[in-house]
Amino acid sequence: MSATVSVRGTLEMKRGWLPVLLGCMVIGGAAAQSPRATLYEEAKCASPETALDGIVFKSFAKAGVRPMYCTDAVFLRRAYLDVIGTLPTADEARAFLSDTSLNKRRALVERLLERDEFADYWAMKWSDLLRVKAEFPVNLWPNAAQAYHRWLRASIRDNKPYDRFARELLTSNGSNFRVGPVNFYRAIQDRSPEGIATAVALTFMGCRAENWPSNTLAGMSVFFSQVNYKPTREWKEEIVYWDPDKAAAGATQVGELPDRTRITLTPGRDPREVFADWLITPKNQWFTANIVNRIWSWLLGRGIIHEPDDIRSDNPASNPALLLFLRREFARSGCDTKHLFRLILTSRTYQLSSFVAPEKIKLAAPLFAFYPLRQLDAEVLIDAINAITGTSDLYTSAIPEPFTFIPANKPAIALPDGSITSPFLELFGRPARATGLENERVNKPSASQRMHLLNSSHIQRKFETGPNMKRLLDPARKPKETIEELYLSILSRFPTPDEIAAVESYMKSGVAKRNEVGIDLAWALINSDEFLFRH
Amino acid sequence: MNTCTPDARHDHAPRARLTRRQALRRGFLGTTGLLLSDRLAHAAPPVPLKAKAKSVIQVFLWGGMSHTDTWDPKMDAGYDYTGQFKDEIATSVSGIKMGSLFPQLAKQADKYSIIRSMTHRNNGHETAAYLMQTGHLPGERLAYPCIGAIFALLKGYNAGYKGLIPPYVVLTQPQGRFSEAGFLGSRCKPFATGGDPNAGRFEVEGVIARGITDQRQQARRSLLSSLNTFGHSQPAHPELRTAREAEEKAYNLILGEGKEVFDLAKEDAKLRDRYGRHTFGQDCLAARRLVEAGVPYVTINYPGGWDTHSNHFATMNRQCPQLDQGLATLLQDLSERGLLDSTIVWCCGEFGRTPKVDWQPPWNGGRNHYGNVFSVLVAGGGFKGGQIVGASDTKGEEVKERPVYPIDLLGSIYHLAGIDARTRLPHPEGAEAYVLPAPTEKGYKAEGLLNEIM
Repeated sequence: MSATVSVRGTLEMKRGWLPVLLGCMVIGGAAAQSPRATLYEEAKCASPETALDGIVFKSFAKAGVRPMYCTDAVFLRRAYLDVIGTLPTADEARAFLSDTSLNKRRALVERLLERDEFADYWAMKWSDLLRVKAEFPVNLWPNAAQAYHRWLRASIRDNKPYDRFARELLTSNGSNFRVGPVNFYRAIQDRSPEGIATAVALTFMGCRAENWPSNTLAGMSVFFSQVNYKPTREWKEEIVYWDPDKAAAGATQVGELPDRTRITLTPGRDPREVFADWLITPKNQWFTANIVNRIWSWLLGRGIIHEPDDIRSDNPASNPALLLFLRREFARSGCDTKHLFRLILTSRTYQLSSFVAPEKIKLAAPLFAFYPLRQLDAEVLIDAINAITGTSDLYTSAIPEPFTFIPANKPAIALPDGSITSPFLELFGRPARATGLENERVNKPSASQRMHLLNSSHIQRKFETGPNMKRLLDPARKPKETIEELYLSILSRFPTPDEIAAVESYMKSGVAKRNEVGIDLAWALINSDEFLFRH
Repeated sequence: MNTCTPDARHDHAPRARLTRRQALRRGFLGTTGLLLSDRLAHAAPPVPLKAKAKSVIQVFLWGGMSHTDTWDPKMDAGYDYTGQFKDEIATSVSGIKMGSLFPQLAKQADKYSIIRSMTHRNNGHETAAYLMQTGHLPGERLAYPCIGAIFALLKGYNAGYKGLIPPYVVLTQPQGRFSEAGFLGSRCKPFATGGDPNAGRFEVEGVIARGITDQRQQARRSLLSSLNTFGHSQPAHPELRTAREAEEKAYNLILGEGKEVFDLAKEDAKLRDRYGRHTFGQDCLAARRLVEAGVPYVTINYPGGWDTHSNHFATMNRQCPQLDQGLATLLQDLSERGLLDSTIVWCCGEFGRTPKVDWQPPWNGGRNHYGNVFSVLVAGGGFKGGQIVGASDTKGEEVKERPVYPIDLLGSIYHLAGIDARTRLPHPEGAEAYVLPAPTEKGYKAEGLLNEIM
């Protein structure tokens, strides 16, 4: 299959040498010729390689855009941040950049998918959507939030097939402290059958049920009308269970699935199971479209249906064939989410440059013709700064409870509970975990954020006292080596001669004392767009 | 039809149908509404709200301060209620008395009013704080912004606020959920100063950094610019332009005049003494300087908690004198400078505390959460002074007259600031959301704005 596609790609290249070059300039703007761009873009136009690329690139030709690839250094950084929410170390960067093997990008993706941080980072993502938070507004309580997070992280670490993952969330019974996934039903503020159905529609179908006709929601909520909650003698423990006694006495209950099938509930069977049997099958488009579209948007910054949790008939996919392809691949793999990650991450599409002429953004964004810039997640940002400087942050919960002590070296992406936080995380857009909507996390730069990074004692202290900084700025090292090490640690690439010259002239100006120059350089790199944005 | 739309059978454009239904409903109400408003228009043309208050200073007593030991004393309730606080004192307004821990505030009684019938009957910290700061019931689908965030939007960004300092400032630490912007997003989040205004140098986080001279600050800025290779490669990219604007604003504060607002050394030492040489006193002074600089909303999160389940009396003896000194001087200072007329000051916790002392272990003389009735101090910006609103019963356990609900209190503050409480708020998904819920909405109670003191 890949042979035909790559042949077609090559043919396309040959057929239009001149237009191709012009095309590159159209999408990248004048920057394609700038020497700076060579740091970030490979000097050749992108061409499709995998079946996925074939589908995506088709639309480029139609729209007359031909994007460029990112360089190895950009890919390295992008893959680390996207896949494990963690910055590569200087050594990892150096090793990857000097690796001359042809398939090194693919090999890197494979390595990252097996890292522990993969489970941390994606458990964090799911914890946003599932509202894993001890206190306001969902009030899971600390030990229940921990149990929920532990289950999530283990599911991701073990690459539990997504259909099983969803079924456990939808049909579990038991204690909130002992059976992690029952907290799905507790993390819903409105515990009425309609409230539960709304949360199920959002989480597993990517639909905002508020926009549905009310009878659709009412029909679906019947399947959740026998969920019950009861306390135990243990403080804050709650049992979530199927309670057949909640069925209206005598009356037969008829539920209606979102596809309009009417089902009469049978006594002796948990209606949640009936709903799960319908929803959770690779054949159900509601089920597969939601998850493949979400994973796509997590990696490419935008859903094929956008926003990814607003699927409805009047919000069409920008590339229907692509969605269909991903759904089929997902079904074929047995709902293997890592397979989907791999499929996307090893495509040419994922390796495109982030450069785009502003006037082309509207046209090119829904085609995925460039990689969109996104400011780092709050947790990823502080973890990166801590890793560079060798420091740590204090994370606390507003109300002292057992189980909220966080060891000093725990990265923010591994925090198990949204109530355990820091002023930094709040300032940089960590979501409140109130609604389960994707857009609750806002990664937009603000003046207060900038002040914090540019000038707060919190960050400054890390530069001045961090043990890694002391090591990096060892006076025994030659200035050039220090500069190079700082660039590799912070930007995951080597400095250019221009950049080295700029640092040397700063050194000569004498504004900063000798030992302060390195601190100021680290400070400048951490405040640069290249550091602050995924690109 | 699109292959991507899950399930063909659902493809009946639910949104369009909803819209049609909504349109019908609106049409119905619309006609009567039009007729009504037509008639009203002749009777009394709608008067646009005129703002008396330009700024608000909120002193938030996180944890919940006892009402009976402070501004609603119940001397006749007996030792099981009063504990060791057996005295009340007269104030400068005849007929108004308060707990003996507030001698300074007693002298300023003409400048503020006390609501003694605040009620919401909610005894959880987060839920009660949410109620008191948003007016909305906790547990609804939306996470509403608190009053400070709404000021940031409606009196700040949407009102052409051009100040260098963000429009909503918190001294000095944020209280997590209780000062959040809800669905309004990070722009409306408070700027928390950090630092300690009572320290030798008030190191406002991000504005005043330790040990970095202005010269080095300038040099660093140009170093950053010369090394921002990626940013310079595509200067017109909208994301990077937003980043540049944010950076520009940040530097206006770091290197511009904005930071002088936080320089309390510019104040007369005697005045600083009057405010009190403790964090809360200097918080109050910093708040006054922020208001002078035009900041629409300043919250002082009291530096220290009032959640006195145990060790109650010792905590009150320690903290009340500082609260008394700082707050009384703030009111007096604002008044002397002619700022009190345009500045609302309000002070309360998320609830009061049980009027009956809990002598049992482990509390050993503590007071617990109490939302049935408690007290709020309001002053300035159009609120009259020297008044008492409502009353609690003989032991301070229930409202006796004129209940004041969160939407009455917040509604009055919004009204004085010229904010229509039924202004629709921008919601990222276009959900219908208003500054305050309508008093007629299910689950809400209201007794009306505080017209008696406005």
